[in-house]
Amino acid sequence: MQIIKEDVLILGGGMAGLRAAVAAAEYNKNISVGLVSKLYPLRSHSVSAEGGTSAVLSPKDNFDLHSYDTIKGSDYLADQDAVEKFVRLVPEQIYTTDHWGCPWSRNPDGTISQRDFGGLSYPRATFAADKTGFHVMQTLFSRALKYDNIHIYNEYFATSLIVENNSFNAITTINLKNSEYTVFQGKSLIFAAGGAGRLYQFSTYAHSVSGDGDAIAYRAGLPLKDLEFIQFHPTGLVPSGILITEAARSEGGYLLNNEGKRFMEKYAATKLEKAPRDIVSRAIMWEIEAGRGVKGKYGDTVYVNLDLRHMADILEEKLPMITDIAKRFNGIDPAEELIPVRPATHYTMGGIHVNNDTETPVQGIYGAGENVCISIHGANRLGSNSTNECLAFGNLAGVKAAEYAMSHSMPSLNNDKAKAEETRLWDDLMKRDGGENVAKIREDLRISMDANVGVFRTEDGINNGIRNIKALQERFKKITIGDKSKVFNLELEWALEVGFMLDLAEVIAKGAVLRKESRGGHYRKDYPERDDANFLKHTMATYSTEGPKFTYIPVTITKWKPAPRVY
Amino acid sequence: MSEKNYEFVVKRKDDNGKESYSSYEVPKDKISTVLEGLIYIKENFDQTLSFRYSCRMEICGSCGMEVNGKPRTACSTIVSQLGTDRVKVDPMKHYEVIKDLVVDMDPFFTKYSEGLPYIIREGEEDYSSEIPQTPEQFKEYEQYSMCIKCGLCMAACPIVGSDEDYMGPAPLAAVLRYNKDNRDQGSKYRLEIVDGDEGTSRCHFVGECTEVCPKGVDPSFAIQRLRMQGVRYELGKFFRRRK
Ligand SMILES: Cc1cc2nc3c(=O)[nH]c(=O)nc-3n(C[C@H](O)[C@H](O)[C@H](O)COP(=O)(O)OP(=O)(O)OC[C@H]3O[C@@H](n4cnc5c(N)ncnc54)[C@H](O)[C@@H]3O)c2cc1C
Ligand code: SF4
Ligand code: FES
Repeated sequence: MQIIKEDVLILGGGMAGLRAAVAAAEYNKNISVGLVSKLYPLRSHSVSAEGGTSAVLSPKDNFDLHSYDTIKGSDYLADQDAVEKFVRLVPEQIYTTDHWGCPWSRNPDGTISQRDFGGLSYPRATFAADKTGFHVMQTLFSRALKYDNIHIYNEYFATSLIVENNSFNAITTINLKNSEYTVFQGKSLIFAAGGAGRLYQFSTYAHSVSGDGDAIAYRAGLPLKDLEFIQFHPTGLVPSGILITEAARSEGGYLLNNEGKRFMEKYAATKLEKAPRDIVSRAIMWEIEAGRGVKGKYGDTVYVNLDLRHMADILEEKLPMITDIAKRFNGIDPAEELIPVRPATHYTMGGIHVNNDTETPVQGIYGAGENVCISIHGANRLGSNSTNECLAFGNLAGVKAAEYAMSHSMPSLNNDKAKAEETRLWDDLMKRDGGENVAKIREDLRISMDANVGVFRTEDGINNGIRNIKALQERFKKITIGDKSKVFNLELEWALEVGFMLDLAEVIAKGAVLRKESRGGHYRKDYPERDDANFLKHTMATYSTEGPKFTYIPVTITKWKPAPRVY
Repeated sequence: MSEKNYEFVVKRKDDNGKESYSSYEVPKDKISTVLEGLIYIKENFDQTLSFRYSCRMEICGSCGMEVNGKPRTACSTIVSQLGTDRVKVDPMKHYEVIKDLVVDMDPFFTKYSEGLPYIIREGEEDYSSEIPQTPEQFKEYEQYSMCIKCGLCMAACPIVGSDEDYMGPAPLAAVLRYNKDNRDQGSKYRLEIVDGDEGTSRCHFVGECTEVCPKGVDPSFAIQRLRMQGVRYELGKFFRRRK
């Protein structure tokens, strides 16, 4: 067993983790900051974010408007005090990252430019061409290189969290390079390990987004909040799932069914294709269910078409990245041909429960980014409202964790728990030999989640999904990890991820069956209306050996009384 | 081999350092990219195969490898466009191989950070507004800011292959990226570093790096521009000293 000690530990090197690392390192140069990540930071999913990040920068815009858009988008499940705090924290982050070199797109006079995005009442999406996440990530990584007190541990895979007397104790990891079991001790910890979108088959996410952070926290007793809310982006490119940005529709793209007809009028009479993601995703699925989906050269996959042909003259200038992607990955020229799309998982609204100061219920443990739920996104996140969250609350978590580290001493390691985890990895997991294939379990899980706990949900469907999860959990006990290598064992990594996914799938499905209403990303065909009388509340799931235990906490309402969400 | 399959021939290296090739037949209708082929092999035929990947959209830089002799990002290499059904996959050259297609990227990132690839500014910062930068000023460095750190250029560069201390194309292009940013005030520090023996003077402008770069960064041209910056800087230093 290898032991490494750092004052502040950060799990995850995406946008939230890097922002937190820089904040903690700047807070006090004498604090050592250890950033632990299963990927080199620049390989994190955050580099894929395309469209933009919302910030109130113009005197014509204001914080109330940004708050209102966010809250309405959330289908009133967001905590309004959290949202009001959030919108005020963002602008400084835009300017700070500008000083650090982020190439925010500009107006001719050199000031930062902004544009429109779905669900915004003022065009406040700040962007770096259509590579917003990529450029912000390069900026944060470059800034992190400046600080000697930031130590990046590349390709250490976290397997568990140790909590002792309701305080942070340590995280356990495997160094992928040599399979060395490595325990990181720290005074404080920030969870920034991203979302859980790859629990589903068809997804815009990077392959690496498997919900590890959520599952690790959950197993150690931290509550997960609102995990049943998964966002489906209407336009994942078939068959890869690569995102076709919302800008394709906001710039004027049409969605067509197999009759070649536009259909959005039936589902969002005013906003049409520009309606929010959950509404457009459902519209596409209704069309597909009604037999008006397209079946073509992509096997059994049924989809609809995105038509940009009437916008041929603006494609190169306004939508260069997706034009390139369609050509490169599908051999399709959007100026002349239709683009096959269907709804794909895109965002995990739920996550580890934290308060408005990024604190979890456990002393010394904080969290930021897609890994946590504050909640500012409620039942549905607005486009362009996540990267800014990573910056604003990543920064805050960094400061809070640093403050905590300054006033606490290093806890002594709970050796028994650390040893027990080592035993679980090498003597249990690696030695299981029932012949079940990890990749096959993963595929079966994903197919079942798509079918049963996807865009449309019903009691029967979800229960079917739960039965499948139970069966898959049994099969997981009988896996054989065919690779016994001690060097970069990708099969072991997959096995650990699938173990996490199975736990989370159960939380999502059971939370979904209990929520007998439709709100934002959670749509129950058997309960198609929002039910504020019974369900204007957050779901909290806590681990037990028999499965998740559910409780509920109220939503904080400040100024905006829940109203019907019409677009 | 059936016409319905591609033949993947993949270089292997196990824990004991033993090297070999494994062949797999991958159905053409199941995959489109080289990365999908590798995932298919691992899921269906061979659990012991290791490689790196994440975004599958050529933006995270994980999946650099050699495909039919050319350094490429596996996720954006469409197999049907290779012009052959035989796909030979090797790890990138000029890196130490950890296992199979996984190479040690640490030396790359170490070299990358040597050139101070971050904004350097003097004095206290006021973060209450942006530093003006016109679209033209952005164009000065735009191309160099597109680097995804896949490291392919290092695998293509003959100098990197023969001189392991040479900084190499991507790290030098990053230096120019920051030198050309009007918000930066740190050129003088960076030029001191890259004008040294292991910097721009090593480059022979063969241009292999530019040819393999998936992001159009054109490191070769960047190094030329950087060398010119260096000459001007040294001349300036010389005259300042004479005064
Ligand atoms: C295609 C796409 C486009 C998007 N576009 C936008 C946009 O335009 N605007 C916007 O605001 N949002 C956008 N989003 C959402 C946004 O990109 C993400 O929510 C955000 O980047 C998440 O950042 P993060 O730092 O929380 O997590 P991530 O970037 O996912 O980082 C997670 C980190 O945790 C590490 N990690 C995970 N598990 C482990 C483990 N077991 N051990 C060690 N380390 C671990 C990983 O290595 C990684 O470094 C988009 C999302 C998608 C899918
Ligand atoms: S310069 Fe091009 S080839 Fe080299 S690391 Fe950057 S993106 Fe890759
Ligand atoms: S997987 Fe990200 S660049 Fe290929």
